[in-house]
Formats: sequence, C-alpha cells, structure tokens
Amino acid sequence: MAVITQHGQIPDLEETQGRSLWQDAARRLRRNRASVASMIILATIALLAVFGPLLSPHPYDELAWDAMGVAPDFERSFWFGTDTLGRDLFVRTMYGARVSLMVGIIATFVSLLIGVAYGAIAGFVGGRVDAVMMRTVDILYSLPFLFFVILLMVIFGRNLFLIFVAIGAIQWLTMARIVRGQTLSLKRKEFIEAAHAAGVSPMTIIRRHIAPNVIGPVIVYATLTVPEVMLTESFLSFLGLGVQEPLTSWGALISDGVKNMETRPWMLLFPAAFLAVTLFCLNFIGDGLRDALDPKDR
Amino acid sequence: MNKAFARLRTAALAVAVVLATAAVAHAETVLHRGNAAEPGTLDPHKASGTWENNILGDLFLGLTTEAADGSIIPGAAESWTVSDDGKTYTFKLRDGLKWSDGEPVTAEDFVFSIHRILDPAFKAEYAWILYVIENAEEYNTAKETDVNKIGARAVDARTLEVKLKAPAPYFIAQLTHYTAYPVPKHSIEKLGDDWLKAGNMVSNGAYTLAEWVPNDHIKVVKNANFYDAANVKIDTVYFYPTEDQDAALQRFRAGELDTQDDFASESIDLLRKELPNETRISPYLGIYYYVLNIAKNEAFKDLRVREALSMAVNREAITDQVLKTGELPAYSFVPPGTVNYGGPSYISWKDMPYGERVEKAKALLTEAGYGPDKPLKFQLRYNTSINHEKIAIAVQSMWKAIGVQADLFNSETAVHYNDLEAGNFDVARAAWIADYNDAQTFLGLLETRAGPQNYGRYSNPKFDDFMAKASLDADLTTRGKLMADAEAIAMADQPVIPIYYYVSKDLVSTKVAGWVDNVFNIHRTRWMTVNR
Amino acid sequence: MLSYTLRRLLGAIPTLFLIITIAFFIMRLTPGGPFDRERPIPPEIEKNLLAAYDLDKPLLVQYFKYMGDILQGDFGPSFKIHDFSVAELIAINLPASIKLGGYALVLAVLIGIPLGSIAALRQNSWIDYTVMGVAMTGIAVPNFVIAPILTLVLGVYLGLLPVGTWGGGSLRNLVLPTIALALPQIAFIARLMRGSMVEVLRSNYIRTARAKGLTERIVLSRHAVKAALLPVVSYLGPAAAGLMTGSVVIETIFGIPGIGRYFVSSALNRDYTLVMGVVITYGAAVILFNLLVDLVYGFLDPKVRYD
Repeated sequence: MAVITQHGQIPDLEETQGRSLWQDAARRLRRNRASVASMIILATIALLAVFGPLLSPHPYDELAWDAMGVAPDFERSFWFGTDTLGRDLFVRTMYGARVSLMVGIIATFVSLLIGVAYGAIAGFVGGRVDAVMMRTVDILYSLPFLFFVILLMVIFGRNLFLIFVAIGAIQWLTMARIVRGQTLSLKRKEFIEAAHAAGVSPMTIIRRHIAPNVIGPVIVYATLTVPEVMLTESFLSFLGLGVQEPLTSWGALISDGVKNMETRPWMLLFPAAFLAVTLFCLNFIGDGLRDALDPKDR
Repeated sequence: MNKAFARLRTAALAVAVVLATAAVAHAETVLHRGNAAEPGTLDPHKASGTWENNILGDLFLGLTTEAADGSIIPGAAESWTVSDDGKTYTFKLRDGLKWSDGEPVTAEDFVFSIHRILDPAFKAEYAWILYVIENAEEYNTAKETDVNKIGARAVDARTLEVKLKAPAPYFIAQLTHYTAYPVPKHSIEKLGDDWLKAGNMVSNGAYTLAEWVPNDHIKVVKNANFYDAANVKIDTVYFYPTEDQDAALQRFRAGELDTQDDFASESIDLLRKELPNETRISPYLGIYYYVLNIAKNEAFKDLRVREALSMAVNREAITDQVLKTGELPAYSFVPPGTVNYGGPSYISWKDMPYGERVEKAKALLTEAGYGPDKPLKFQLRYNTSINHEKIAIAVQSMWKAIGVQADLFNSETAVHYNDLEAGNFDVARAAWIADYNDAQTFLGLLETRAGPQNYGRYSNPKFDDFMAKASLDADLTTRGKLMADAEAIAMADQPVIPIYYYVSKDLVSTKVAGWVDNVFNIHRTRWMTVNR
Repeated sequence: MLSYTLRRLLGAIPTLFLIITIAFFIMRLTPGGPFDRERPIPPEIEKNLLAAYDLDKPLLVQYFKYMGDILQGDFGPSFKIHDFSVAELIAINLPASIKLGGYALVLAVLIGIPLGSIAALRQNSWIDYTVMGVAMTGIAVPNFVIAPILTLVLGVYLGLLPVGTWGGGSLRNLVLPTIALALPQIAFIARLMRGSMVEVLRSNYIRTARAKGLTERIVLSRHAVKAALLPVVSYLGPAAAGLMTGSVVIETIFGIPGIGRYFVSSALNRDYTLVMGVVITYGAAVILFNLLVDLVYGFLDPKVRYD
C-alpha cells in the first residue's frame, strides 16, 4: 500500500492482473492430481502410438510362421508376444492405438460439429423451430443406434473414415441437447438481455457471450464422449464389423484376445490394459475439467 | 376318529403318489445337446440347415435313415426293390408303423408329403432335391398342374411306388434327407399351420416335440409309439441354440451340455490339454475353396494366372498351423471319402514341393505379363468369421511373396453371398457341404447350367458333357468314372482354388455312448445312451 | 398430472409412426436380402419366396401394406424363425430381458448412487479417486471381456454358479449376467452422481441450509441428494430402456433368451419383420421411460409443474 505523502500526489500502483475464467480453470485443474496424472499418461500413450512401431524390427502385418502364438520373447523382439498368426503384438497394439485414438478423436469431433451447431441454433432461435428440432432429436434417440450403425457399415463397407462418421453421427444427439439447454438458459440471463437492449447484434452476442459459456460443458462432454466412442468401436469389432484387416484396433485385438485368454493370456492382457488405462485417463480428465470449469467454485 | 383316519389315508396316498412320481422322474434319462443355431422351422419340408436336421431326424423317420455310424439303413421302409431300368422303386413299409398319436403311418402319408413339398404355393427351399422324381420339377415350377402326374403313388397302405425321371443311384441315400420325411396328413388337414406347435405336433420318429422356447431350448420327449421305442434309451433331449462357440465351450466344461456341435478352431490348444477325450474330430464331406471370377475379371481369364495363384497357396501351412484342427489340404474339388466315385481327380502338381511351386508360380506370372512394374492386383472377399479372416490373411501374405497384391474385404454373410451370386467379386471364399454322399452334389456347382450358384461362371462344354452323360448312367461304377473324368477337366482348368476338406468338430461328454464319428456328422439320439 | 400423462402418450403415437417409417426404409434399402446365405437357393425358388412375402413389389406398396398390418396388430411372421410370428417372439422373449434388466438397474442404482455421493463428499481426496477408479472399471473394460472372465472364474473354475441357460429365470442363473450387465451402469451412475453432487454442494441454498444451522445429515438427505439426483434420473430414462430391451453381448454369452440378440441378428439376417418389431419395442420403451423420468422429475424438483 503506497503512502500518500503529499497532497495531490498519486503514487503509481502496480496494475493488478485480473484472473480470467480460463486461468482460474487451469489452476483448479492443476490441483486435481488424478487429472494431471491422466494427462501425462495419455500423452505417453499417444507418443508410443506414433513412434512405438519404429522401435521394433517387426512390421505390423508380417506372419512369422515359426512363431505363431508365442509368449513374450525378448530374444526375438516379440515384446508382447505374437498372435495366432505370428504377428508381433507390440507393434499391432501400437497400430491399434492409432486407430482407436483416431476413431475416438475424429468421431467425437464429428459429433461436436453437428451437435453444437444443431443445439446452438435450436436454443438461440427458440420457439417452434426449437420445438421441431428437439422433437427430431427425440425421435432419433428412440431408434436403436447399434442397429443403424450395423446397417451403415453394411451399406458403405468397412472404410475407416466411414466408421468415424457413423459413430460420430450417433453421438451428436446428446451434445445437441446439452448445447441447446445451455443456450436456452443463457439466453434468459440478465446480461444477455442487457446486451440486446444495448443494441448488440445477435452474432456478436453469440460470439462474445454465449459461446464462451457454452464451451465449458461442451469440452467436458466431448472428453467424455471419446471413451464412449472407443467402446462402441470395440463392440463393433467384437461383432466382426470393425476396421478391415490387416488394420487393427484395440477393440479388434481384445476380441481376438478373449477367444485365447486361457492359452495365450498376453493376447488379451496388453491391448486390454492399454484400452483400460486410456479410458480411465479420459474419464478422470473429463471429470477434472468439469470440476475446474464450474464457475460456482469460490 | 373316522375323519382323522380318512385324512391320514389321503395324506398317505398323496405321499405315495409324490414318491412314485419322484421315483419315475429320477429314472428319466436326459440329454443336453448344444445345437449350433436356432431352427428357422421344425417343418421338415421347409427346413434348410444342419442344425434343423439334428432335431428333425429325432422327430421324424424317413423311408431310409442313418445308423449310428452314418450308414444308410432301412427306416420307415423295411425293404425295397428297384426295376431293371433303375427308374421304379417299390418300398414296403414296416408293419405296425404308427404316428405318435396312434394313427398308422401309411404309404398315403408319403405321397401326401411328396405332393406337399413340391407344391409351388408351398415354396419349399429344398424341394429341388426331389427333382429326380418324375414330373417333380415340372410340378414345382408350375409347368405341370396335375399333382397326380408326380411319380409317387400308394399301391396299398403298406406299399409305395416311386418313379424316377432317370436312374439315380444315390436316390436311396437322398431319402434320408428331411425333404423326404413324411408328415401326418390327418393332423395337417385338421390343424393347418398349427400342427407344428409343441403339444400338437404329431411325428413318427423316436421323439416328439414337447416344448419350444425360442432362443432358449427345444425339448423333445420319447415317442411311445415309435416302432423301435424299446431300444431308445434316452427319455428327454434338450436342444440349445449355441451360437457363441466360446460361451458354449464354457457351458460344456461346466457340465451343462453333454454334447456340443462345433467348437472354434482357436480353442483347439485348450481342448487338447483339458478335454482330449471329449474332443471329436472326423472327416466331413465338405470343401472350402476360393472362387475366381472368370467371367468378369480379365486377368483371371488367363490359365497361367489362375494356376500361379493356386500354386502359391500353401495348404499344408493353413491346415497345420493356422487351423490346427485336423482339416486336410485339398487338391481336388470332391473330397475323398465320397462313395461310388472314380476320383477324386487331383490337380496335376499336387506332389510338387512348395518351394518349387512358388518359383513356378512367379515364372507363370511373369509369362502372363505381370511383374514389379505391373503387379497383379485384386480384392479377396470373405464373410465375417474368424477362420475365414485368418486364412485370408495367410493367403494374402503367400500371394504377396509372389508379387501379387490382394486387398482383403470382409462382409457379413448376407451381403457376401448376395454379391457372389451377382458376380460382384474378384476372388471370394466359398464352401460347399454335401447334401448327400455323392460327387454330383459338388461337381454340379461347376456346371454351366448351375447359373448363379456357379459363382465364377466357369463354363467348359466338355465338363458339362461328361456330367450330362453321368446323370443318365444307371451303373454306379461307370457313372463314377465319368464324373471323375469331368473333375479332371475342371482341375486342369483351375477355375477354383480348393483349400481344405472340412472336418466335423464336436464335443462329446465321456458319459455319452453311441456317438459314432461319421462323415455326415449325423448323430441320432435313438442310438445313444447316457451314464451319469 | 393425469392429463399431462395422457397428452404425452398421445403425442407418442406420431413419434412411433415416424420411427417405424425411418426404420422401414433404411432396412429395405440395405443390400442383401433375407434369402442370401451360405446355402444358395435356386433362383426360381428365390423368386417365388420373394413373391410370397411381397418383397418383389414396389417399396411404397410394401410400406403401406406393412403399416396397415400393424394397425391390425399383425406384425408378420419372422423371416428367420418361420414357425413363430414376430409378436410371439417378442412376447416370449421380452420378459427375460425385462427381468434381467430390472435386476441390473436396481443393483446399479443401489451401488452407484452411494458410491458417487461418497466420492463427492470427499472430493479430490484419495477416497474420491479410489472409489471412482473402482466404479469406472465398468466402463474401462468392455463387457465382452468382463462377462467371459466372470464366467470362467466363477462358473468353470470354481463351479459356483451356472454358466449358461436361463433355467426359467432362477436366481442362481441370474447372478452372473446381472453383475456383468450392471457394472457399466454402476460406473455411469456413480460418476453422474458425483458430478452433480459436487455442484449441488457448492450451491447457494445448501450454503444457506448449513448457515441456518441444519445438521449435515438433514442438509444432505433432504436437500442435496434430492437435487443431485436430477441428472441421474434423466440419465436413467434411456438407460433403463436400453437395459430392459436387452444387451446383445450379455444375452449371447450367458444364453439368456431375451430380445437383445434380435437387435443384431435380425439386422444381419435381414429379418425385416423382426427388425421392425424390435425397433418398435425399443422406441416404445424409450418413450415410456422418458415419460416416467419426467414424472419423477416433477416429484423431485418442486419448481417443475405439469398441468
């Protein structure tokens, strides 16, 4: 506190830095040890997915006829063992990581795009348009999604890109509901009304006031959608409808592993461990983000 | 005092009844059979799968039937005679043959049944098996409208006369098929479609239908009116639709299933270790092959390309290392073990060592104009199943070694076969299981007139010629030789890549006796006993 | 309340109608038909079969015929299991799914809600992490891995519980499938409960209640939990519908004769009529449970009023 020594002299005060919403959130997130640990682990897995195969002398699709279904063997660099066709499990788990993570990210992104746009429009425009749009969501919600994913796969084939889109196209419904709910409740808040009254254009209102407040829940839900998407993909692989061989995903590796779990447990253990750890991390991060972005925590 | 005594007496009676029923219930022998899938129907004239056959064969008895070892023995017919030209069969039905409701089984029932399955309005999928009967095909395709023109008539209550279009030595074997089972005329006329319902169903086999809960179980109980009921040792059979083979294996290990039809190849190591005595593997009349689309793919019109692709497939590696369940490498289209057959006629290079074959294959491809700057590329299709996938991956790598790039494409069964019949494929996995023990059931697929079922549209007039001659030949030996000659032509042309001959894989508890491995994998419960 | 319910039910009819229409056309436009299978049928016979089921007529004609049949209560015969009609199949198999789903739902709620509450009360402590970690095994390991492992250990190795079959719905047969089915739900409910409880505990009126001097027990039970339950109840609507209509994986692995399997098998077999039957059942279940959820909401949240 500066002391005013002379009349009329106003000392220079240090400018206090205001804390923005995001900085607050980042601080709270850092305090959540589970989230931080999860982010580190996830980053490691992602790095392994990209660079892991370079560490191994084996390609992901080569059959070793003299080493079919062998346990981890460090002499021959089969660090995770081989599958029943003699393919190195470590490299395949890394390739599987790429596919599973990509499906998770891209499908979630697709659902984000559709869901946010849809929900924001419904919430902002309101009235009959909103009613019709949400009614449509209700109807789509009542269709057994699995059934339609199967049909989509059948119609369009086992194209990797299409799997992304198909799964994403099923997840957008909840996202739309959330965004619409947020937009609706925000719309009624006083500061929006004030902005309206002041003559701010709708586009600016959306950009400056609504969007930042909606992004919080959207990010949280997106983080929680990724594991759901990955589980959906693994279920499709279990049904035999996942990615086309020789490509693989954790879901496909796990399905094969279950069939061999008594005689060749490594085939199940390694991919399942990677999937479980990744899903745990994503869930902890999602919960952490939700806690962090809650403006009521003071 | 009297009242109390009366009550005591009633109570004593009640106890006695309960004990008696309990005693009877304890004495009942039950068998739990895992039966691959849910039957689509239990109407023998509409059925089409082996899993339906397993149940139908316990419910109904045809003119001929299978013994425990799969051989053909007299069934409803105790004897029969064949005319000299091989076209007229006269069957003598057993004396005292009855339906489960006590009504007698007569020749009229058999005639009724044949008319029923051939009725075009009935739309039986498998009616074509009986086309060997005079006017059967014509009536079924509505070219002939007088049902009495069909070559089957009841001479008297116990005598059935069947006239064939042409001599068919395998006709007696065909009669074991469910399409030839009799259905109860009196019951159908009274109940219509409801005759099939559990509780209503009247059948003439060793068992009758007691209960059908879809996706759960089918219960059949011993038929007291079966002519050989005295020798049927098992009282009740439960059939379970065990589609998930891994789950079925666990149920078998836990003792909930006494037998299980089929297990996954992946389980073989576990089975050899834990259940060696329960694992039954035996040759099965079926062929697994890849078909090349000769009609639509230009590259495959060249014999050198077809031969190279076939040579490069290491069948022994596939059967011994990928499948490991005793399948045999296939170098012919008709499996060995087919009766009355002059073959199989094997591919000429069957005994060439694999290394040499690979070199020859590479040479053939270069000759045909393919090489590193112009690689042979196409799509290899298979339907969703872990075995089909593993074999496709293995073959893909074998073809990669000779410079061929095969992209894998997996689709589910309905789409796969739809596309095959439409000719939308390059190379595709296919298989055929024999309907009856005769080479014709396999070779018929390669005839030009097979149409969409000849997926690759292979067409060689010389082959067709041999097959046509064989179909008119009444002598089993010469007929067998003609067909073997036909197969030799096909194997020289190599329109398909045979991969392995099937084996049947079953799990049978050591408590069960009377299950004899046979080439049809048909095991009728009437021959079995259970010792708990 | 009653008129609201009636209005909702009436509003459900056009929804169902749309669901049926969408499903019908998507199904029919998928390649492959009910008669394409491993044993090929001679083409003339296939033609006859298609004609018998009216599958060769123009799509719109088939559609109107189907809608007409449904309005009379005729859902048609199953293409795959010919001896039974779709109505019969669903009537026979739905009870098993409902029973199993019901038990799993109860188990999930009984375990998930307390777990989530405990985690929220000790937020960011090691109790929070452990409880949530344990709860989340349900969604970190796919159920087609958990179910076979449970079966193997408890059924085959230890012989404690039956491995397969329904056994007419006896409790012993239900234990394993119920646990396997409930695990993912426990995880979702626990996490939802924790998240919303954390929010509620920070809210103004809880602070007011505490400031007023109410004991923690009353604060929690009368105010916090009721408020925190709202998102959980919302989630339970569609979740219950899904559970009641069966899980493919659980039913296949444990041999439960429910309708869950039909969702996958009828699609893969192109069993058109059964597909429609199953879609209608699922749609009706979702509508019904959403209505129940909204009614429970009205009970829990006094600000919500239905008139």
